[in-house]
Amino acid sequence: MAGSNYQPKSKLGQWIEYRLPIFSLIDGLFGSYPTPKNLNYWWSFGSLAGIALVVQIITGIVLAMHYTPDTSLAFASTEHIMRNVNYGWLMRYVHANGASMFFIIVYVHIFRGLYYGSYKSPREILWMLGVVILLLMMATAFMGYVLPWGQMSFWGATVITNLFGAVPVVGDSIVAWLWGGFSVDNATLHRFFSLHYLLPFVIVGVVIMHIWALHQHGSNNPLGIDVKGPQDTVPFTPYYTAKDLYGFAVFFLVFAYFVFYNPNFLGHPDNYIPANPLVTPAHIVPEWYYLPFYAILRAITFDIGIPGTDIVFITAKFAGVILMFASILILLVLPWLDTSKVRSAKFRPIYKQLYWLLVIDVFVLGYVGAKPPEGILPTVGLIATAYYFIHFLVIMPILGKKEKPLPLPESIANPVVKSAE
Amino acid sequence: MKKILLAVFASLMMVGAVSSVQAASDAEHPKDLSWGFEGFTGTYDRGALQRGFQIYKEVCSACHGVKYIAFRNLMEIGFSEEEAKAIAAEYIVAGDLDEYGDPTERAGKLFDYIPSPFPNDIAARAGNNGALPPDLSLMIKARPNGADYVYSLLTGYEDGHEVAAGMSYNSYFAGSEIAMGQPLFDDQVLYADGTEASLEQMSQDVVVFLAWAAEPTLEARHKAGFKVISFLLVLTILLYFSNKKVWAGIKAKKKED
Ligand code: HEC
Ligand code: HEM
Repeated sequence: MAGSNYQPKSKLGQWIEYRLPIFSLIDGLFGSYPTPKNLNYWWSFGSLAGIALVVQIITGIVLAMHYTPDTSLAFASTEHIMRNVNYGWLMRYVHANGASMFFIIVYVHIFRGLYYGSYKSPREILWMLGVVILLLMMATAFMGYVLPWGQMSFWGATVITNLFGAVPVVGDSIVAWLWGGFSVDNATLHRFFSLHYLLPFVIVGVVIMHIWALHQHGSNNPLGIDVKGPQDTVPFTPYYTAKDLYGFAVFFLVFAYFVFYNPNFLGHPDNYIPANPLVTPAHIVPEWYYLPFYAILRAITFDIGIPGTDIVFITAKFAGVILMFASILILLVLPWLDTSKVRSAKFRPIYKQLYWLLVIDVFVLGYVGAKPPEGILPTVGLIATAYYFIHFLVIMPILGKKEKPLPLPESIANPVVKSAE
Repeated sequence: MKKILLAVFASLMMVGAVSSVQAASDAEHPKDLSWGFEGFTGTYDRGALQRGFQIYKEVCSACHGVKYIAFRNLMEIGFSEEEAKAIAAEYIVAGDLDEYGDPTERAGKLFDYIPSPFPNDIAARAGNNGALPPDLSLMIKARPNGADYVYSLLTGYEDGHEVAAGMSYNSYFAGSEIAMGQPLFDDQVLYADGTEASLEQMSQDVVVFLAWAAEPTLEARHKAGFKVISFLLVLTILLYFSNKKVWAGIKAKKKED
């Protein structure tokens, strides 16, 4: 971590610091850590994600004290938490809505990175660790949603685990292995609980590396130019501690609105019906934060093979699965797909427009994911999916070469545009 | 600003899409009523709760359970301990094993849960032409617009439509054919508090009771929310100004150069 020369004032502090340099570590993290002085509020979402993770872990541990991961008791134990455990309803509503808040924050955090080019050199590994966090979060939230063992828990788990059945040859074995049996059942619920408890701590580990990588070169900033010297930065404390704390308060206001006044708005009513393997819900919809990916999953409605013959290379289902995973994994190589040297979209007039087009595209995908695949929606989903990949695979590499960026400012402290060179 | 508006617009679109999915079915959209438990200060009307419990007990409980409600919980809706004990004692529940290890029965006590009418789903179906009357504890939360929906269902029966034997016509139910015959009719019960027992009144009352059964902590939640949000508002304002103050020097310097 960025070395800090901090020395504790008290004798005891110095005694400890000499043996375990924890005070200088903390100072390096949140104290004197030099931070660009021009960060806007979009930069608050990183520490917000951190606080959201902590909230999930604390409420989750309390819930686990009262929850029973057995198909015959899971639903009832969740209701027990809601009705009989002191402030159990608070813990559960905070945890359930906290997952949604966490995703909103992380999506904003990612799109902040896309806009300001935070994924570019020298922050590639930082960005890739972020993508790993996103994948881990998705797995964690998916398994968490199964735990209350309502209708959507059961059928969501069934639909998603069945996807792996599309893998050629070994698909069915993978699915049986995931289930621990021949359907989503008790063994599945038990292992999902076990993993749902484990993965957040894995996320903590990756977040530590994420922040470690961040501190190697420091934060990017809205201008996307490098820090030139101390005149460009301020110490993290008090400047960004004050700013982030204000951000926390606003975030908790929004969060509290959902928890106290609309706690089931982001959930699905069917999950208050106990799981029933014999009754399939009319529409199986995933949680809102998976909707764009769900649309990509369903985008391919035709087998891919040699036209006019029965030869199929890739079934429609498998193609959907590949695309869905690819849509996230593609972010891993984004630093190399984007060939522009300029980080911030502020100085990339065309990229700026295309960035917003991508945002709209993702919302369109979300809309398609939420609706039953009827009428023109499958076509819309296919086009939006194609555009998503075109953006990353075609536009980003070409645009970086063709686009003429605006002149960059001289420095953060002196944001005047350099005279034409 | 433009970006924020765009983001808000897009999120609304998304929310619209999601909520319309939940409503999507062939059934008629439920009537839109206003309920006392909605909104920031919503509470359950005690009179309606007790009348609703009476409807549940005298009508619905022939077929439906409310298995997550214990007799002790009735004290939360305004019954005295004595009244709740008396209600419990009307029920027979399974007791401890006797000295020979044989099952026994005893009168219900406060800590017992309200017994369901059927011992299991098979028995429930056998008694209802093969249809399963679901437990009503969570019904209001288990349907989109649950309170409006159950009210519409109870008041939405129509004669004069062709339906299969043993079924009734109700356009609010998905498929419009429901295996539950119309359960409530005008003046079916005699309310202890003298309220007129119209179909609409009874339906509203039982919905209030079921809403409470589904979310008994709603009032505590609304009260706690008021405190938490008030606190957060003050905190937000304080932190806003302290952030301003902390940055004041930097901002001023920026302007100078
Ligand atoms: C004679 C038995 C009987 C009585 C009495 C009865 N119900 Fe039902 N109820 C049923 C059956 C059977 C079903 C299942 C209907 C179906 O699936 O078609 C049902 C279903 C329901 C449903 C679920 C509808 C849905 O969306 O799935 C609700 C809500 C309901 N009843 C409420 C009530 C209320 C409130 C009362 C008391 C006023 C009541 N019922 C009285 C038999 C009964
Ligand atoms: C558990 C989830 C996450 C936590 C707790 C977290 C935490 C943080 C924190 C505290 C920062 C520094 C503050 C900031 O610049 O915003 C940061 C920076 C960053 N994060 Fe994350 N993050 C998470 C997920 C992600 C994901 C999913 C991605 C991308 C796929 C990502 C990409 C980045 C990048 C690129 C930076 C550097 C930003 C810059 O300096 O411009 N993070 N993260």
